[in-house]
Amino acid sequence: MDWGLGPGAASGPTLTAGARIAGLKVTESVCPYCAVGCGQLVYTRGGELVDIEGNPRSPINQGTLCPKGASSRQLVQQPGRLTKVKYRRPGGTEWEELELESAMDMIAERVIAARESGWQDTDRHGWRVDRTLGFAHLGGATLDNEENYLIKKLFTAMGAIQIENQARI
Amino acid sequence: MIEGGNMAEAHPVGFRWVMKAKQRGARVIHVDPRFGRTSQLADEYVPIRAGTDVAFLGGVIRHVIETESFFREYVVHYTNASTIVGEDFRDTEDLEGVFSGFDPETGRYDPGSWAYHGREAGFSGGAQEHATQAFSEHTGAGMETDDLEHDETLEHPRCVFQILRRHFARYTPELVERVCGISCEQFFAVADALIANSGRERTSMFCYANGWTQHSDAVQMIRTAAVLQLLLGNVGRPGGGIMAMRGHASIQGSTDVPTLYDLLPGYLHMPRTREGHLTLEEYIGTGKTDRGWWSHLDAYIVSLLKAWFGDVATDENDYGFGWLPKLTGNHSHFSTTFRMLDGGVEGMFVMGQNPAVGSQHSGLQRRALAKLKWLVVRDLAEIETATFWRDSPEVRSGELRPEEIETEVFLMPVSSHIEKEGTFTNTQRLVQFRDKALKSPGDARSELWFMHHLGKRVKAHYAGSARDRDWPIVNLKWDYPEHGEEREPDVESVIKEINGYDVATGRPVSGFDELREDGSTACGCWIYSGIYKDGVNQARRRDPGDISAAGGIVSPEWAWAWPANRRILYNRASADPQGKPWSERKRYIWWDEQQGRWAGYDVPDFPADKRPDYRPAPDAQGMDAIGGTDPFIMMSDGRGWLYSPTGLLDGPLPTFYEPLESPLPNLLYPNVDGNPAAIRWRRPENPYHAAGDPRYPVVATTFRLTEHHTGGGMSRTLPWLVELQPEMFAEIDPQLAADRGIEDGGWMTIVTARAEIEARAKVTDRIRTLRVDGQTIHQIALPWHWGYNGLSRGDTTNELVALSGDPNVSIQDDKAFTCDVRAGRRRGQSTERLAGAGLGGHHVRPNEDDPAAENPQDAGT
Repeated sequence: MDWGLGPGAASGPTLTAGARIAGLKVTESVCPYCAVGCGQLVYTRGGELVDIEGNPRSPINQGTLCPKGASSRQLVQQPGRLTKVKYRRPGGTEWEELELESAMDMIAERVIAARESGWQDTDRHGWRVDRTLGFAHLGGATLDNEENYLIKKLFTAMGAIQIENQARI
Repeated sequence: MIEGGNMAEAHPVGFRWVMKAKQRGARVIHVDPRFGRTSQLADEYVPIRAGTDVAFLGGVIRHVIETESFFREYVVHYTNASTIVGEDFRDTEDLEGVFSGFDPETGRYDPGSWAYHGREAGFSGGAQEHATQAFSEHTGAGMETDDLEHDETLEHPRCVFQILRRHFARYTPELVERVCGISCEQFFAVADALIANSGRERTSMFCYANGWTQHSDAVQMIRTAAVLQLLLGNVGRPGGGIMAMRGHASIQGSTDVPTLYDLLPGYLHMPRTREGHLTLEEYIGTGKTDRGWWSHLDAYIVSLLKAWFGDVATDENDYGFGWLPKLTGNHSHFSTTFRMLDGGVEGMFVMGQNPAVGSQHSGLQRRALAKLKWLVVRDLAEIETATFWRDSPEVRSGELRPEEIETEVFLMPVSSHIEKEGTFTNTQRLVQFRDKALKSPGDARSELWFMHHLGKRVKAHYAGSARDRDWPIVNLKWDYPEHGEEREPDVESVIKEINGYDVATGRPVSGFDELREDGSTACGCWIYSGIYKDGVNQARRRDPGDISAAGGIVSPEWAWAWPANRRILYNRASADPQGKPWSERKRYIWWDEQQGRWAGYDVPDFPADKRPDYRPAPDAQGMDAIGGTDPFIMMSDGRGWLYSPTGLLDGPLPTFYEPLESPLPNLLYPNVDGNPAAIRWRRPENPYHAAGDPRYPVVATTFRLTEHHTGGGMSRTLPWLVELQPEMFAEIDPQLAADRGIEDGGWMTIVTARAEIEARAKVTDRIRTLRVDGQTIHQIALPWHWGYNGLSRGDTTNELVALSGDPNVSIQDDKAFTCDVRAGRRRGQSTERLAGAGLGGHHVRPNEDDPAAENPQDAGT
């Protein structure tokens, strides 16, 4: 392997030190940044993330990662990582916390109301359109295919057409 | 050839293979307005004025034709070069910059006159809706292609080849120099390198990224490369093609399994009311072709409806088709932004996206968010879109007060990529499954969980409703098994539905060949059919094979590529018309006479047993009508299209137009500045700079950094990445900097009619002055990752850009616009100059029709 350093550069302690990831649970994943699709190995100890490294078996990256991929442990463990739903009421100046199930109920109520108020049976020319312009969606390029599939399936069944993603941007 | 992208910077690990090729003798050319990391590692760097790529590549096309350097056998057999075009067609050379069929009132084309000879009457133009991807036009549906007239000598004055020759005749090296600022010497160096490296024994490849896609003539820019690659015989062959370097982990997947307004899964078109898509028969009639692969459209749409509506979808009720929502125009993100601004949208879901930074004219985006009744943002951290009501420049300037913003905001924590399982589709259409390594923290959940549980609530609300409009919800098949304490839906059950299954037995189909139009199969996305073949998650396969063996680089057992695990599309073209490899060096797929099948390193992109000498009967239909030498099976005539008789909304051939904002007039067509068919939203809050406006003499372009990602939502909160790239900056050339008193490392302000932003100046000859038509043109380059949240904060480049777009795909136009620069910091908040521009002057009720969507050109005028 091409390390760029000769064996003489290694100190005694380095030669005897074990790898931080030795013996840990390994899970195979894929980098979440650009579209090259580099394979990642995720090292965990007792449900804690220890490191994310390139997967040497992937024919795409053969163990290498770029600065973003190599930093992806911090993406998962970033200091400001959200773990609770935050809610900002109309005219509010601060976040409040919401329970997940309450937030889900409130969102369902709102999307149903928006569907109804934005509903059109026909357009101005009298053509059938069977749709709602009451709500919109944007997102998708960092999501999984299965997630996008459910987004398109549910929102289309609800009659929404303003469903868009990063591919337009 | 890397043009319209900076692969070393934006796709560094993919670029490793370019460097390996270079080690083995490949020559790497980089064409870009800015000298970046790719340029540094290339053999040849060619500076170009931003947005002039059609002129440059058009010049190369001319050179290839005039020197007879094209790959004649490939061109004659595999492209439509020999096809005769109708008598009514008029070129931009005849009509001073527009093609026949242009209506200057509406800015739209009627493409009827672009058809092949004798097919004018049979052409299905349909309603020409701006910026809706007109599927029937893409596929050639309704275009009768039997007994087309050909002239294989390529001499007929109306054959495609001669039309192409005349079209590009004025794109001389001298003109390229005047328009693009590329010297004749460099022009010939690049053109001759491409020619020398193409043909039987060798292939050349193009790589592009958003440097081509984000223009008002983006599709035509990419098509120019496609025309050139077809002429050189570089499509469907190993080491050839045009590589789209996509920017997100699954941006390819999100168009295949789309969250896009104009598509259903698998590039099926959304129903459009004006085309009479009210019945399934009408829908199929406008999209299905008589010849070629799209003759299977009926099987794909029926199987999709079976996947969505299950047993209640029957032949009698059109499988539920009539209840699908229908389009009437452009409902893209940008049209929707204006609708939001006008108060016509109540709520919005933003999942893994950050329009307050990442979408062009971001100040307008945020003002539109402030008009919503509610907003749901799902992300890992507090991105700018979620906190616009507190932190945005509009709030800082006092234009908006939080107490007066009525938008309810739900900011929901989400699972990261290692806390859920699922598939990403990478830039080469490879679908890779990720295993779950960790439980999500706290209330963080996947989008799969969110949609599944939202869907359950919506279905419960409408349960038992007999209202017509509720039929699709009441009958939506939504029975995904759940597991675990969090009741996460089973992702494999979704993959199985996407793959498709036999309705009677539930057996997963092995590929789209098994899909039927009689309702006996269900399939959520036909192009992904085969991903769950034999009940096995093919995307989870992880055997790279021996990549050093002959053809081993294909790694067919590593994950799964759509369609049908095929790695190179149209690979029939890697063999000659007789089915033999063009050369031993470039062997990939070939006809095996003994076995009576196509064989090779990849899955053949051709009917496996169709002989090279097969000739269709005159009345043949469907795939039987595709001859043994027609590799481009998705096209109704089986040929690669040098000339597009149908499918594009801004012309059958690429033509050079200036960017919508340019300091220069159009030297080729003085009567036309920008793409005449481009989308322009003419509204007071979206002002454009006129061509040559002396207030905005500098060309601006934008770029990405290795250490950051898009709008920064996944990078500006990571300490390591912020340490590597800590601050917003702008690259400016030494002469312009000296003229304006801007110092390296000091502050500079960039000004457009939309906004002012500030950045640290990087005075560098990485960005060069160009001599263009005797004038000195200055360019600046701006990274666009910064916003007002995160560990590293800075002004947002997208504040500067007006909303405009390519007519074919409505993509944003971010790569070439005009501006001015001055020394020092901005005087007020960045988008203050927009305040009072008539914002919010329009009011529409949510259920009112939307003129902005129907006709962006006319919106607000």
